[in-house]
Amino acid sequence: MTASLRVSRREFLQATLVAGGGLLLGTRLSASARAAGAVADGMLNAWIRIMPDGIVTIMAQNPEIGQGIKTMLPMLIADELDVEWKQVRVEQAGLDTTKYKNQYAGGSEATPNHWLPMRQAGAAGRALLVSAAAATWGVPEAECTTSAGTVLHGPSGRKLGYGALLAKAATLTPPALDQVKLKDPKDFKIIGTRVSGVDNHAIVTGTPLYSIDFGLPGMLYAVYEKCPVFGGTVVSANLDEIKALWGVRQAFVLQGGSDLNGLLSGVAIVADSWWAARKAREQLKVTWNEGATAEQSSAGFAARAAELAKQPPQRSLRKDGDVEAALASAAKVVRAEYSYPFLSHATLEPQSCTARFQDGKLELWGRTQSPESGRTLVAGALGLPPEAVTIHLTRLGGGFGRGLRNDYLVEGAAIAKQAGVPVKLLWTREDDMRHDFYRPAGFHYLTAGVDAAGTLTAWRDHFVSFGAGERFASSAGMRGTEFPQRFVPNFALDASVMPLGVPTGPLRAPGSNAIAFVTESFLDELALAARKDPVELRLELLAAGQPGEGTNAERLRGVLLLVAEQSGWATRRKEKGRGMGVACYYSYRGHFAEVVQVSVTRQGVLKVDKVWVAGDIGSQIINPLNAEHQVQGAVLDGISAALAQEITIERGRTVQSNFDSYPLLRLTQAPPAVEVHFRKTDNPPTGLGEPALPPVIPALCNAIFEATGKRIRSLPIGKQDLSWA
Amino acid sequence: MKTDFKVNGKAVTVDVPGDMPLLWVLRDVLDLKGTKYGCGMAQCGACTVQVGGEATRSCVTPVSEVAGAEVTTIEGLSPDGTHALQRAWEELDVPQCGYCQAGQLMMAAALLAAVPKPSDAEIDEAMDGNLCRCGTYLRIRTAIHRAAGMAAVGGNPS
Repeated sequence: MTASLRVSRREFLQATLVAGGGLLLGTRLSASARAAGAVADGMLNAWIRIMPDGIVTIMAQNPEIGQGIKTMLPMLIADELDVEWKQVRVEQAGLDTTKYKNQYAGGSEATPNHWLPMRQAGAAGRALLVSAAAATWGVPEAECTTSAGTVLHGPSGRKLGYGALLAKAATLTPPALDQVKLKDPKDFKIIGTRVSGVDNHAIVTGTPLYSIDFGLPGMLYAVYEKCPVFGGTVVSANLDEIKALWGVRQAFVLQGGSDLNGLLSGVAIVADSWWAARKAREQLKVTWNEGATAEQSSAGFAARAAELAKQPPQRSLRKDGDVEAALASAAKVVRAEYSYPFLSHATLEPQSCTARFQDGKLELWGRTQSPESGRTLVAGALGLPPEAVTIHLTRLGGGFGRGLRNDYLVEGAAIAKQAGVPVKLLWTREDDMRHDFYRPAGFHYLTAGVDAAGTLTAWRDHFVSFGAGERFASSAGMRGTEFPQRFVPNFALDASVMPLGVPTGPLRAPGSNAIAFVTESFLDELALAARKDPVELRLELLAAGQPGEGTNAERLRGVLLLVAEQSGWATRRKEKGRGMGVACYYSYRGHFAEVVQVSVTRQGVLKVDKVWVAGDIGSQIINPLNAEHQVQGAVLDGISAALAQEITIERGRTVQSNFDSYPLLRLTQAPPAVEVHFRKTDNPPTGLGEPALPPVIPALCNAIFEATGKRIRSLPIGKQDLSWA
Repeated sequence: MKTDFKVNGKAVTVDVPGDMPLLWVLRDVLDLKGTKYGCGMAQCGACTVQVGGEATRSCVTPVSEVAGAEVTTIEGLSPDGTHALQRAWEELDVPQCGYCQAGQLMMAAALLAAVPKPSDAEIDEAMDGNLCRCGTYLRIRTAIHRAAGMAAVGGNPS
């Protein structure tokens, strides 16, 4: 596409017509948008191809990880282009920073990033086709309308399909993106309708779609053994013995560096089949230099956290009012210690990629949520300019944030370069679980006070986490904006950190997936101390907030009231062994409130009976079908993590290695019903990958308390005795 | 070692070690990529195929064990992707990431072949070993019921 920069707009369109047999409708950013630095100079952005038979191909530019973006972004384009969804074919684009912006899946940001640009792309295409029809007929554009992939001229009754307008369109200059007129939302025909996933048929028929499915002619298969202690290095390995085994072509050591995000030292085995490589690996003997963190352990972290909690905090992250004075005058003071473990992403598809290094250029096919940072990382590791690295995107068999790190892309690239042949690297499940970027564990030492009227007057959290100095380990920090900051007059958030040799990173709703458990569970304790209903306490708190970044009190109040109404909260039956719990939380631009209902037998067997969800993600639910599924998935994901998941570190390495020791939620453990309600508000549409997850964990724990009187202050729940008498 | 068996009705001969798991024979020797690797130790069900109509975890099944047998994979569940379960899966938009769904479908197909109108309890018992990381379980249960209903009015349960 770089070459097209040197040709005029008209030449580009004509050239594309010849080359592709169809029309690639590009859209040029206006000078003002360029000046704003939106994209690099003069780049053409292209999503739409129309074939003469009227079939419309829309490029899906973002990585599809199961969040439905490969369906949703093309819906935005198709609606404004004014074609019928059944005319549309969707193709996955590869990484192309000359055409596309924000090609990543993270932070529930695709909707806010692309809600307007994708619609503008579609509308610009429609406007160009209208111009083409008007020019063909010699009539004013204002007399032309569109419908279902056809331009109509009302006064004469003439009409032309989009496919018949290609040649004329190629002679015209398309409008600037920010000049096109967008539809009034009441005229949406595709946006707001229930559209099923564009890959569904391929999925149910076993058609290759994923990174693990991709192959190249002459490709070999690789496994890569790294030190079980993170960042440890190879001293020696029995490579000659390995090379003599069935199917093995090559075995070699890669030195790697000390950055846990990049290429780490290890032994590559390259073979005719993956099974041969995997089998040979059983005979591999490596002497490791385990490095400085081989003595770290989860037990050691917990002990150190307890010591740090007794000392003055290392630093303050936020201070409002006078917590000490408020506690001294409080009618009741509540203290609690909360903690949560490391978690693994455990995408069902283990990490993999296919790499080909040829003539100084590297081509990669694989699963990544962040191809652009992947390219930077790979190029840096191999000493290549970024433009020498091409990344093709496959569908991901689960993302959850794992694909935001591209360590396996670097490994695949380095192995292919060394091997001199195309290579598919595939991690085993054990590699995947032992070499993750884990959701960090954390410890919170909380003190709060309520006055005689039951009002929450003071809150202090000494957060003990991981990092060095003023820097938290990745995803191990707390912002000064997390609820209930701004809503309690005397507030202190303090932090202390300890060093960590374990790689950490974002897991679905990073930060919030842990912090909501702590704060929303502790609020439940405070409601009890204040003799208030948990919903009532939260409503009072939300009414008392100061303006600021993050939680919008009115929106959170709205979903809290909605979920209370839908779940019958006020009239719930209270009996031992049965309980409902509530929590509400703002994260990743979404406001969510959730109620969980559980049953717990006297022996302590827990069953999640039902979950009600109320969410506010703005004015428009783009694809209500997928929206419900994302929310249900987030709820089940949260329950899955809370019930039984824990990564423990011993001797600097991960103990768990497969689903037998790190159980995922099963069908029989899933609540039979997850009811989803959206409260539409006059706010820009935002994403759904993450914000429905954080509240479900505290709502579940609060429900367990109502059923059993047992307060869950440490996850996973499965380690607690829930029996009651 | 040469092993003869049938895959999706077609006779095949593979020359690989007898302990090579059926999963890797299907994927990397026969180029049938629909069957997925998830755990390698029969913990997740992503690799489920049918051997002689029985749901089987192909990741722990040595190819030598299927000598002479009829293996059915997701690619062979129906000639054109219109098995009642496949239709129900599409209609209800069951997949999220989709990676586990071939295994879910092959397990569910074995269930419907044995029990044409399964109860929730029968679905639970059959499907509990097939993990879905995205949490599509609610729709999996509904889709099996729907497929059973379709089959009853003239679909193809197996």
